[in-house]
Amino acid sequence: MSFTLIGKHEKDSRANRDGYVEAMLEMMAENPKLVHIDCDLMGCINTGKLLKAFPAQTFNAGIAEQNAMGVASGMAATGLTVFAHSFGCFAARRMFDQAFLAAGYSELPVHVIGSDPGVCAAFNGATHMPFEDCALYMNIPNAVVIDSCDFAQTKALTRKLAACGSPSYMRLIRKGFTTVYADGSDFEIGKGVTLRDGKDVTIIASGILVDEALKAEEMLAAKGISARVIDMHTWKPLDEELVLRAAAETGCIVTAENHQVGTGLGSAITNLTSAKNPVPVERIGIQNRFGQVGPQDFLMQQYNLTAEDIVAAALRAIARRQG
Amino acid sequence: MDKQKLHELRVFATEIRLETLKVIASRGFGHVGGSMSMADAMAVLYGEVMHIDPKNPHWEDRDWFVLSKGHGGPVMYATLGLKGYYPMESAYTLNQPNTDFPSHTDRSKTIGVDLTTGSLGQGMSEAIGAALGSRVQNRPSRVYVAVGDGECDEGQIWEGAQFAAHYKLDNLVCLVDNNGRQLDGAVADVMSHGKGIGAKFDAFGWNVIDVADGNDVEQILGALEQAKACKGKPTCLILNTVKGKGATFAEPSGAHSSQPTKEQWDEAIAASEAALAAVKNEK
Repeated sequence: MSFTLIGKHEKDSRANRDGYVEAMLEMMAENPKLVHIDCDLMGCINTGKLLKAFPAQTFNAGIAEQNAMGVASGMAATGLTVFAHSFGCFAARRMFDQAFLAAGYSELPVHVIGSDPGVCAAFNGATHMPFEDCALYMNIPNAVVIDSCDFAQTKALTRKLAACGSPSYMRLIRKGFTTVYADGSDFEIGKGVTLRDGKDVTIIASGILVDEALKAEEMLAAKGISARVIDMHTWKPLDEELVLRAAAETGCIVTAENHQVGTGLGSAITNLTSAKNPVPVERIGIQNRFGQVGPQDFLMQQYNLTAEDIVAAALRAIARRQG
Repeated sequence: MDKQKLHELRVFATEIRLETLKVIASRGFGHVGGSMSMADAMAVLYGEVMHIDPKNPHWEDRDWFVLSKGHGGPVMYATLGLKGYYPMESAYTLNQPNTDFPSHTDRSKTIGVDLTTGSLGQGMSEAIGAALGSRVQNRPSRVYVAVGDGECDEGQIWEGAQFAAHYKLDNLVCLVDNNGRQLDGAVADVMSHGKGIGAKFDAFGWNVIDVADGNDVEQILGALEQAKACKGKPTCLILNTVKGKGATFAEPSGAHSSQPTKEQWDEAIAASEAALAAVKNEK
């Protein structure tokens, strides 16, 4: 793992999906046994590029996600490395029985890409806004679950997943994103990234909340509070050692996710800390609500996913620790 | 058609029936109906049509079989045991703790089972993936998938049907065990199929062959040979079968699952043994 943090809170000029597409183009050129299956959403994730460059390795299953997942599993059984994509809502809810049995229980390493998770679904609204996609996949005993934050991370982890023998689910924002890492940064599945060291509180975030966590760290520093920031891109298997070290060294934790807190990253962390070291944990994320339509910044305010919300949670966590 | 070969296949089918009963009898209850209706198709596939090597079950160029109607597991266990994938007796642990022979076929447990099934409809898509995956890798493999007529209620069957036709998977054959019964009763009463399952596959762009007697090895073999000759589209065989065929306690009712008494088991196995002796004596 070698990464370079940029973290200037600036919008990237590229689309995050192209991190996935670039990695696949590079790998397909080397590996004729790597395939991509899409569900009539090639235009949305830009995998038309794969179809053009590698037509024998790229397949459109049409608007039929359940079959797509079953086909992906059957192809994996023949020895192919298979990625399958749909919007996160369909990649989780619509094909879950197939993901659970045909891939998970069958021990076939199909890699599912779920795009526009949570509030990233923005103008597609509530029906397309999965706050529960990772929760479903985390219930597959052998699955890897990842919430990717930016282009460099998406690209690096796509490559790692291709070499990973477990079925997996990776959610990623499709288009506009905030640059966190420099291109060429590398990551390990199951290893969180400490972005800022700190001693008063640890903020553990993933996906689009990583940049909010970095902003929150700066706001807390202005108040004289030293916050540690961890990018926990892999929710499962959880980097337990890193979480427990943060609990021991900072004494309280804030989790931040674009997902239901009761069944996602925050719950995974509180499951761990409550058993091993029950420090105060404050959880930023969706509080048992459905989605709604609107621009992403509006939705982040609606669901209290902003840097200001993280700062407030950090102050509560510190007060509980001191109380 | 080679009379000797047909005789061998009839004997094999009858052996499969007897062993299917013995596998289920080892536990005392199970999915007798939909296992017994498939015995003749299994005999033709594993006895003649499929390119397989029981000593090398993961041979890359093998033909694949997927029992999408996974509850028919016992007929597959009987077939694979008789073919020598494992000692036949090992399957007499059906559904016992720590068995390698669960109710529904499971690739992680049973030698020779290519894909895991049980949630109806899924095996169809998995088989399609195996057919497409084999084609991507330029393998000669053909893939055979067995689905139930009741299973054809599942939307996933038809998602798969359109995909297989769209991708012109002529290395795929779907065998519909058209035994007319599903768990809650007659297919016609529980959930009917409009113009018929064959008509549906035809409308989806498949080559459809109606096998008038789906428990007749000669008719099944002829249809599978036609399927092999069909290029550019997948083939569907409508096997008009009898649910519970050859099980004295199950054939009259067409029951989905059965828990007969000890006496009924003894009677059924004795009848099946007698049937085998009779078939062997046929000229």
